[in-house]
Amino acid sequence: MDEPAFVQHAVLLSLVLFALGTLGVFLRRNVITVLMSIELMLNGANLAFVAFSRALGALDGQVLVFFVMVVAAAEASVGLAIVIALQRHKDTLDVDAFNVMKG
Amino acid sequence: MDQLLFYASAALAVVSALVVIGQKNPIYSAFALVVTLCSLAVIFGLLGSPFIAALQVIVYAGAIMVLFLFVLMLLNVKREEDAPGRGGRALAVIAVLLVALFVGQAGAVLSRLEPGAASGYDASTRRMAEILFSPHFLYVFEATSILILAALVGAIALAKKDF
Repeated sequence: MDEPAFVQHAVLLSLVLFALGTLGVFLRRNVITVLMSIELMLNGANLAFVAFSRALGALDGQVLVFFVMVVAAAEASVGLAIVIALQRHKDTLDVDAFNVMKG
Repeated sequence: MDQLLFYASAALAVVSALVVIGQKNPIYSAFALVVTLCSLAVIFGLLGSPFIAALQVIVYAGAIMVLFLFVLMLLNVKREEDAPGRGGRALAVIAVLLVALFVGQAGAVLSRLEPGAASGYDASTRRMAEILFSPHFLYVFEATSILILAALVGAIALAKKDF
């Protein structure tokens, strides 16, 4: 895997994944699918970190990927807890139903 | 061989990502996301980062996706209904514009990226641990444990029945 083309294509793939995640956040209406699209965006960012770390020959990018994964785990657990609370409160998972701050 | 594996995994990742955002049933989305994460793990491995590849499978495809599926099953989520006319068109236009922006950025980045320092690139778990536990990152690493603890307490407090 020494061909530079792979690194460039990995960066391109990361951009495609990030764009698809953005599309999902905008187009989906289920809160859980929106959270999954955010995971997709985080993975696109991770892939860019790894590809650039490879291209520059430095390992700092990989350490950042580690921290991104930790934050993603925390985000998913808190986000899904909020989803459970919302479902209990409003009896739906449609993002359009959650339009007031004070319930 | 590497080349074939790389492009096959990349294609699989893109197709399953499309399924994630195109599927109306969230359970199918979750399973497609597992496929995306695993093919990304293959790509991490091919790019020379076995540690990140293992973490991807264990933390993402293992822990986080189990959490998602657990909540999906717990809440008994049904298919998304088609809601007529909620300004989805405007959102779709914004989304397409964003995608165009990202692709433009991709062209800018790719034309400037000059790989070449890859010889002697060593991202083994030993090297990763040496960097992660060096004074440079040690306190950040310890801070993440507090973050995880806070997330744990917060998740339990939020999901409790009577708060």
